[in-house]
Amino acid sequence: MSTPPATAAGTAGTAEPGGRYLLDRKGFLARVMLLPAVVYIVALVAVPFFLAIAYSLSDVTVGDPSFDFVGLRNFATVVGDPTFRRALLNTVLITVVAMALVVVLAKVLALVLVQDFRGKWVVRLLVLLPWTTPTSLATIAWVWLLDSLFSPIDWVLRQLGLLEGNLYWLGNEGLAMTSVIAVQTWRIVPLAAVIIMAGLSAIPSDINDAAKVDGAGFWRTLFEITIPMTLPVIAVATLFGAIVVFTDMAVVFVLTRGGPVDATQVLSSWAFFRGIQGGDLAQGAAIALFLFPVLLVFAVLILRSAKRMEVM
Amino acid sequence: MAIVEVRALTKHFDGDVHAVEAVDLATTDGEFLVLLGPSGCGKTTLLRMIAGLEEPTAGDVLIGGNSMAGLPPRARRIAMVFQSYALYPHKTVLQNIVFPLKAAGMAPDERRRQAQWAADLLGIGHLLDRKPRHLSGGERQRAALARALVREPSVFLLDEPLSNLDAKLRATARDDLKLFQRRVGTTTVYVTHDQVEAMGMGDRIVVMDKGRVRQVGTPGDVYRHPADTFVATFLGSPPMNLVRRDDVVVGFRPESFLPKGVADAGAEALTVSFHVHRVEYLGSERHVIGTVEGLGEETRVIAMLPATVSVDVPVERSHEFVVAAGDLRFFDVGSGLRTERQRL
Amino acid sequence: MDLSDTTEVEVARRAARRRRTGARVALYGLVLAFTGMAAFPFVWATITAFKRNQDLYNRANNPFVFNLDPTLEHVDLLLSGTAFPTFARNTLLVGVLVVAITLALSLPAAYSLARLDMPWGGAMGIAIFFVYLIPPSLLFISLSRVVATLRLQDSVWALVVLYPTITVPVSVWLLMGFFKTIPREIEEQATIDGYSRFGAFARILVPLAFPGIVAVVVFAFTLSASEFIYALAFVARTSEKTISIGVPTELVRGDVFFWQSLQAATVMVAVPIALVFNLFLERFITGFTMGAVKG
Ligand SMILES: Nc1ncnc2c1ncn2[C@@H]1O[C@H](COP(=O)(O)OP(=O)(O)OP(=O)(O)O)[C@@H](O)[C@H]1O
Ligand SMILES: [Mg+2]
Repeated sequence: MSTPPATAAGTAGTAEPGGRYLLDRKGFLARVMLLPAVVYIVALVAVPFFLAIAYSLSDVTVGDPSFDFVGLRNFATVVGDPTFRRALLNTVLITVVAMALVVVLAKVLALVLVQDFRGKWVVRLLVLLPWTTPTSLATIAWVWLLDSLFSPIDWVLRQLGLLEGNLYWLGNEGLAMTSVIAVQTWRIVPLAAVIIMAGLSAIPSDINDAAKVDGAGFWRTLFEITIPMTLPVIAVATLFGAIVVFTDMAVVFVLTRGGPVDATQVLSSWAFFRGIQGGDLAQGAAIALFLFPVLLVFAVLILRSAKRMEVM
Repeated sequence: MAIVEVRALTKHFDGDVHAVEAVDLATTDGEFLVLLGPSGCGKTTLLRMIAGLEEPTAGDVLIGGNSMAGLPPRARRIAMVFQSYALYPHKTVLQNIVFPLKAAGMAPDERRRQAQWAADLLGIGHLLDRKPRHLSGGERQRAALARALVREPSVFLLDEPLSNLDAKLRATARDDLKLFQRRVGTTTVYVTHDQVEAMGMGDRIVVMDKGRVRQVGTPGDVYRHPADTFVATFLGSPPMNLVRRDDVVVGFRPESFLPKGVADAGAEALTVSFHVHRVEYLGSERHVIGTVEGLGEETRVIAMLPATVSVDVPVERSHEFVVAAGDLRFFDVGSGLRTERQRL
Repeated sequence: MDLSDTTEVEVARRAARRRRTGARVALYGLVLAFTGMAAFPFVWATITAFKRNQDLYNRANNPFVFNLDPTLEHVDLLLSGTAFPTFARNTLLVGVLVVAITLALSLPAAYSLARLDMPWGGAMGIAIFFVYLIPPSLLFISLSRVVATLRLQDSVWALVVLYPTITVPVSVWLLMGFFKTIPREIEEQATIDGYSRFGAFARILVPLAFPGIVAVVVFAFTLSASEFIYALAFVARTSEKTISIGVPTELVRGDVFFWQSLQAATVMVAVPIALVFNLFLERFITGFTMGAVKG
């Protein structure tokens, strides 16, 4: 790119009318460089988002794509459906329980991973696997692990004399929910731990040394220094994890298909079964839209925590 | 109160960094010992090994006569002030100060009383409810000191605690710190790379270079009788003039290098011809820069004439300058170490 | 404690040594526990992948050992008897194109928001962050219509077009953080040296943000490889599927899963991705913190 030399930084372009120095003008560049990304996102996120709202207020189906306004009828139908209520409850339950486990486990894992120990490289690789593996494939491994006949967990229990026959992990409502929560926790812990590690390594080493000199032992340092100082990062990690779990459908879809008998259905999977497989786009959209208010709250909380990180 | 001693203390970091190399040192009880040396010479590393924050590669640290090997920092009854102060950003000044007391298991109201005492001693009693980020640099430094002294440690370790302050604040903080140390009488090891700080505060100075101790002595000692050419040139501003003469290096301080006749230099004084290139007027003194002729190799040297000496020294001319015999120092050319006096 | 009392010091030293040993033991215990929990399904998958049918489907057998000789037949089947290679090719294609589109859109956008100081810059940054929070699960229903209108249904191209909507907001966020850490003087020096502002961006800032770009590449590629909802909703033809959707839906005959081949696929995909991630983890962490803290 051969452009004429600018006369001075900063103000050079604005003084020149016309096309010369166009590539120096902040206002012009700012718009032109941002525009493609914005257009792309408006076209493929904003438009479908409003389309989703429109769908939820209409009677559109795959078979009959004509748009007729029906007000809040879809929402009424959806809310009246016990499966939906079950899915909503499950989504919240899975997210809350999984995240409660994640906070504790990820914090501990992060503390472990910042220590020096032998074989750290391999350990890190193995510990990251659940998060870096595509969710559907990682879940496939679990499906086999929880197989109704050949689950090695059942085998171990049988050997220990704790079990006759099989547990049917994915065939029993309670166990299926437990399995979904376990898989979600298992795959989010590494993500949260990595984020918390970033927070831990941002604590100046002098602070940790000062705590040692001041006579604080491991637990005191943990509860009075480390945790308070990484609280915003822990919050961000938790919220990011919560969003991932809250909106996920891969785990439920691959692990249980929402079964047994819709007992593990979540909002995303139910929207899929209704909207895409059932062909009722309007109801599918209405179901999915229930995700939105919660996500909005998450977003605001994340921004708050991020701001607090900046202050520290 | 305790004596700190290190024996053959050595620290190598991986990648062949010899940060500290076989250092032997001992403080006396209640002494203010200053570690002085250029950046990267291993002062902080040495201090951290005394604190127990760094495991020595070899050698031993003794406090109160007992080896501290294998003891964590908290068992060593030391207090440390870091260059960054390392105040806990999420705690108020009060919470910062009581933190060591809490760790020691002191009762809450006793803690509070102690903290108030320490804060008042350092004049930050009114700042107890502030967070560190709402304090000025000087106030932070005091808060860090208060946290260090509150539990009456046996040793203070201070790592360049004044280097983050501006010049004026630094001067007053220096006074305060020294007075304070004298009052509490706690053995103190103080790290700095600022020779003015070192000379002004230290009971004794340890001059370090490249991980080794070059000289230990009182400020007057290291200044007047440098053990080698490194110490001679590291201390003093401008540094000692060194002129090579055969297999010996002759050294003399700029302030002892005066025009003939200005002061009574004694019978054995060395008289040389000084070819002056340039004169700098600095108000209270004059720096005269030129080369000495006839002493040894022609070397650029500096003479420092106090304002009370009003002799005119025209440039690009040679003058007779003298150094009193007692002000001459001699160093070995090869090793740089001081050697006995020579006749010139 | 009295430091001049030799016995007391000795007692303290012993206590300290005990504590250190205890801490080490606890640390290695935790390391083992976490590694075990994280890796167990994959270990199980690896063992399974090499088992013969008669060995695998016998409930009396110890499932953790090879009761019959291990075999490569199921790995063979995966690579030559199934559409797995096609899925892998599609995933690579989608991944590479998504990475390219992501960089092309987010680098200039991040620069614009981080450096060109428009009054609307801050609000725009937050708006982009919020976009990240509108997940595929909320959009896929209405997008099915958009995809149909664009005539992209049942094609990998639908994914190439859609995945950047997920990756771009995150990448802009991340790169903004990197740009903000580069001193303005460097860029100003370039403009004084005769480059236009855009030239300074292209020749000075982009190379300097290289660690951030690496983070974006890793992120965008892994996202493309693992995304599930769009792939499930918009691509039904076997020849167009990616790994993340093809493996769980296609490696089944009737109701019978090809368990060994499935597990082989999982391990073969999981390990390389984890390796790449592990390699760039530090960079990723810095990228994340910078994006979050400076953003
Ligand atoms: N953790 C470490 N790993 C590797 N090398 C180190 C480490 N800490 C210090 N060093 C090296 O050891 C040498 C001495 O460092 P040290 O911090 O003790 O110097 P210093 O005298 O305190 O310098 P300054 O006046 O700049 O603070 C330096 O070369 C430094 O790079
Ligand atoms: Mg230092």
